[in-house]
Amino acid sequence: MALLTIRDALNEALREEILRDENVFVMGEEVAEYDGAYKVTRGLWKEFGDKRVIDTPITELGFAAVGVGAAMAGLRPVIEFMTWNFSILAADQIINHAAKMLYMSGGQFKVPIVFRGPNGSAYQVSSQHSQALEAFYANFPGLIVVMPSTAADAKGLLKSAIRDDNPIVFLEQERMYGIKGEVPEDPDFTIPLGVADIKREGKDCTIVARSMTVPLALQAAELIQTEFDVSVEVIDPRTIKPLDIDTIVNSIKKTNRLVIAEESHEFASVGAEITYQVMDHAFDYLDAPVKRISTTETPMPYAKNLEALALPSVEKIVAAVKEVCYL
Amino acid sequence: MEDLILSKVATRQKPAAKTAKVSTNGTGKTQGFTDFVEVEQAKAEYVKRRASQLAAIKKTDKKLLREMLYQMVLGRIFEEKCAEVYRMGKIGGFCHLYIGQEAIGVGSMMALEKTDMVITAYRDHVQAMIKGMTPESVMAELYGKEGGCVGGKGGSMHMFSKELEFYGGHGIVGGQIGVGTGMAYAAKYKNSGQVTLCFFGEAAVNQGIFHESLNMAQLWKLPCIYICENNQYGMGTSQARAMSSRSIAKKAEAFEMANEFVDGMDVMAVRDATLRAIARARKDGSPTLLEIRAYRYMGHSMSDPGNYRTRDEILRYQERDPIVLFKDSLKAAKVLTDKDFEKIDQEAIAAVDKAVAFADESPYPAESELFTDVLA
Repeated sequence: MALLTIRDALNEALREEILRDENVFVMGEEVAEYDGAYKVTRGLWKEFGDKRVIDTPITELGFAAVGVGAAMAGLRPVIEFMTWNFSILAADQIINHAAKMLYMSGGQFKVPIVFRGPNGSAYQVSSQHSQALEAFYANFPGLIVVMPSTAADAKGLLKSAIRDDNPIVFLEQERMYGIKGEVPEDPDFTIPLGVADIKREGKDCTIVARSMTVPLALQAAELIQTEFDVSVEVIDPRTIKPLDIDTIVNSIKKTNRLVIAEESHEFASVGAEITYQVMDHAFDYLDAPVKRISTTETPMPYAKNLEALALPSVEKIVAAVKEVCYL
Repeated sequence: MEDLILSKVATRQKPAAKTAKVSTNGTGKTQGFTDFVEVEQAKAEYVKRRASQLAAIKKTDKKLLREMLYQMVLGRIFEEKCAEVYRMGKIGGFCHLYIGQEAIGVGSMMALEKTDMVITAYRDHVQAMIKGMTPESVMAELYGKEGGCVGGKGGSMHMFSKELEFYGGHGIVGGQIGVGTGMAYAAKYKNSGQVTLCFFGEAAVNQGIFHESLNMAQLWKLPCIYICENNQYGMGTSQARAMSSRSIAKKAEAFEMANEFVDGMDVMAVRDATLRAIARARKDGSPTLLEIRAYRYMGHSMSDPGNYRTRDEILRYQERDPIVLFKDSLKAAKVLTDKDFEKIDQEAIAAVDKAVAFADESPYPAESELFTDVLA
């Protein structure tokens, strides 16, 4: 095991996969000579050169399309969006092209491509740079949506994503790049897509969290444990689509209570989908209505105090757990 | 015959002076179709092309010439049949026909090697067949049947064949320009020697993806040949009403990319321009933009009202029909005779009849197919 930041765990995953498969290359804005806007690709260009690590013009739709075409023709591109906010310019290629190609070609053309980069809020970067887009992409059949919350998950899931034959939306979080964790050093360490992880075991209440809300949920769980002696289970789906609903339902059968914490906006969120699926599979097991903490239905404000108000927080999650546990 | 066609063109004083509808585009200045296409220039081009077509025929293999004509005729008859069965309700959804543009697909694609890649927009039936798909698999796809090239999941706009390096018909205007650029990127990455032909209409040139793609292709020297099939209408909006500049070929100069304007009614001119572009691409990976101007005889799709242009305008182009022109040249060059033409027509009619029979008999896809191929 090595103690790595999420940033370096992602870097290791990229490096190992570039070494493992000659068809893997990394493309995006500032990924090569600049070493990556958030340093996820640090050192890769120096080690592997222009063929494997490619700086693009600022042309998101264009280089996303190059990735799709290259993947159809046999390569395995990793396309970095400096942030997922910019992927909206490339959404036509991700949604209309990558996601549909296998189906509309009757199974002939696979698109083994990973689109990755930071998703969600950062530190006071305001409305156009703070969006969490998982619900948007998860709505389209043909895409796999992945959101790691630990260094080990980041590495293991990114390696699986690169090896997978489907288009993958791989959502990182800028606030989390510096978080450290133990990571296996085996170059064949991977984590399967579509499998949730129980980040903290508990018996009284389930919190389903992902990405940035996982560490918040874990802190909330500790506070609740200390203050009320209530045992909270924290589940991280890790892959949003396909969703491992079984792990969530099994937890609810034990705890009978559910709180969902997420960074995206409330309306039509992944949390809304999980709530529906839980109602479908475990309605009779619920002892309280499901409670959800999301980002408020506002564009992200710049002011520090307003930004904090908009985002999910430990306090908001604690309050939600208290509510479903009638504390 | 040659003289007859030329005289028809030459005697027209003010062809189609009465355009169906004119628009001021908010500028206050009338911009009708006839303002835009310079008739005198077109005539001069035509005379030049006519002579060069004969010259090109003389240096081309006779068997290939016959096959080129066959593919053009097959494409025409196939699309006429599509219109017929569409009206009978056998084809659903959108159905965009290639009639009038056959010289572009045949002239360019038949200059390729088998291993070269092709990607195109939604007007894809005939191009799929030129790349080697059978009329049966294309017609069955149009019928939404199991025997279609993608098992009935794609329909008119989405013909694909991995085996034949046909990367599909695509339905989002311009989207495939970027994907084709990526295919060329892969060819360069793998050093495979393949060239990519990437087709799109003139309306797609106004999309951002056109400019983003050409920039990267020239920057990175990608072996992609961008073929703008300028059929002069984006749905019902003429180029004059949608584009601030006249020349599409010249847009390549903004990227310092090689480019040519080609008469899309002359299949040999298309072939020659494509061969030059292929040579550039194979030599050092240089891309090319070809603007190939033709004319869409039919509506944008089968549901087009056609009220934005005149019958005169359509007739004017039909007099320079690419198939008629090519037949005349082949005859003048003593490559083929009237008897050969008759035989080619009969072969194409038989092939299309066989395709319709196959599509009629092919079953609908199994209901379980709804859920296959969503993920690999």
